[in-house]
Amino acid sequence: MVKVADLGFSYPGGDFRLRVPALTLDDGERLAIVGPSGSGKTTLLNLIAGIFRPNTGRIDIAGTDVAALPDAARRRFRASTIGFVFQDFALLDYLTARQNILYPYRIAPGLRLDAAARARAEALAEASGIADKLDRHPEALSQGEQQRVAICRALVTEPKLVLSDEATGNLDPESKTRILDLLFARAEEAGASVLAVTHDHELLPKFDRVLDFAEFRQGRPA
Amino acid sequence: MNALYLAFAYLRYHWARSLVMVLVVGLILFVPLATQILLSTSERTLTARADATPLILGAKGSQLDLTMAALYFSEERPEPLPMAEAEAVWDSGLGTPIPVHTAFSSGGFRIVGTTLDYFDFRDLTISDGRGLAVLGEAVIGANVARALERGVGDALVSAPENLFDLDGVYPLEMPIVGVLAPTNTADDDAVFVDIKTAWVIQGIGHGHEDVVTASEVAAGLDVTANAAIVEYQRITPDNIDSFHFHGAENEFPATAVIVVPYDTRSGTILRGRYLDPEGRTQLVEPAGVVGGLVDRIFRIKTLLDVVTAVIAVAALAAVGLAVFLSYRLRAGEIATAVKIGARRGMVLRLLASETVTLLLLSGLIALAGAALVARNAEAWVGWLLALGT
Repeated sequence: MVKVADLGFSYPGGDFRLRVPALTLDDGERLAIVGPSGSGKTTLLNLIAGIFRPNTGRIDIAGTDVAALPDAARRRFRASTIGFVFQDFALLDYLTARQNILYPYRIAPGLRLDAAARARAEALAEASGIADKLDRHPEALSQGEQQRVAICRALVTEPKLVLSDEATGNLDPESKTRILDLLFARAEEAGASVLAVTHDHELLPKFDRVLDFAEFRQGRPA
Repeated sequence: MNALYLAFAYLRYHWARSLVMVLVVGLILFVPLATQILLSTSERTLTARADATPLILGAKGSQLDLTMAALYFSEERPEPLPMAEAEAVWDSGLGTPIPVHTAFSSGGFRIVGTTLDYFDFRDLTISDGRGLAVLGEAVIGANVARALERGVGDALVSAPENLFDLDGVYPLEMPIVGVLAPTNTADDDAVFVDIKTAWVIQGIGHGHEDVVTASEVAAGLDVTANAAIVEYQRITPDNIDSFHFHGAENEFPATAVIVVPYDTRSGTILRGRYLDPEGRTQLVEPAGVVGGLVDRIFRIKTLLDVVTAVIAVAALAAVGLAVFLSYRLRAGEIATAVKIGARRGMVLRLLASETVTLLLLSGLIALAGAALVARNAEAWVGWLLALGT
């Protein structure tokens, strides 16, 4: 699913250097990345998502070299192939839960908001236990419910890869487990692989594989 | 469409902030529009009435006060002139004199004592009732009728000049016999009476019960009148004969005399007759006086425009700062949109949609306000020109 080879990246003007000689993620695999703060975990997610362009190396996702794609194509590829779950949920306060789930269709190129998309949103919400809260704004939801909405948003476009950046970082221990189980369950239903950055070592047993990111770190972010 | 959808969702959710911004920007746009409309209408109204009034004869003093009192029935009280001056115009055979007496008010509206020539001169028509016929009657302007909710068959009472002046002017109850059709001029805000009725209000003329009865005359009694005699506060068919004036009528006062020359030559001769700097009277051309006033108003308007522009710049800067801070606060949202796959252009389009929507709503409010002002401008300007009478 994901193959990273000889990846090199540095921020312009900074002394941070990231090198990833090789990294693979199989179809449906759940890989956790751990490592100290500032080691470049989030930078790697941004590189894989095509938000940053690497200085060297390849990032193949489902057979496409993301790094080689022009900007517009990368955006389209990201919108259709990758789902994001953020630590702070990144929900929009002025949209309801339903509108937040369907948000990618409102802003991303190449995605069409049709009946099938709406039905998928409803089904994901049902499976995530928030079907009765779809018309509420984020402020009227608990943190756990907000993260469920965020997971539904990440999966509504049927991505092949879900990138999770500290998705459980803001939750209490009980909620962390439930949310991670939920994310894995929905991703499995969608046939998506999961690449998750986490600091929660108690959650690591739930992943198929754990990668300690410290070994790739060379320098600190600018 | 998606940008608009999200923009509306954002503005609707943050409705209080959106409303404040829309109102502030709307006000910034509305104020200069409304000012321009009102000033243009003022200029038109002032000029039209002044142009329609050839000459005004009055006592020496402020030409502007005289013009405002005679044309717009303002609160200015120019020195009165004797009716002999109006008679002199008649006797000259050069024009028609129309005296106006504007010293009193009723219900907050100016009482205008004049002659029937005034109604013909201003081309005023009666929409209800009839014109003045008998001493003590009143014909009211359209705004007076609406504001006081009075009509034919009702009555108005003149306002006493001073509550403590018990020896002075007594209120006179005046039956309303007619209501004028609206003209969008100062005439709409006036209570018209015969000039002799104005003199009665002033106390120059009055009516009271007989001081001496027939039996007292027959008995040859020496009777002295005192304050116990009942003075009439309303002129009726029964007591009208008792009303009388003290003194010579040509000495009775008028605020001004509108002079309508028979032709251009007559006007020129008349103007020449009142050029004496030592004379007690002056003959002014309202068009010239009002022209000067309008020039002054527009000089003030220029200053007002500058002040408005400065305030607008300051307010727009404040709104701009609010928008900028709002965008800064939404940096996280923008970052999320970009991560999900949005183009920078999409984000800019979203922000632009919100800004344009706010501006459009503000513009609509400003235009609606301006349309309201334009629709009522003549009436409001008429009220403003009456200067709070």
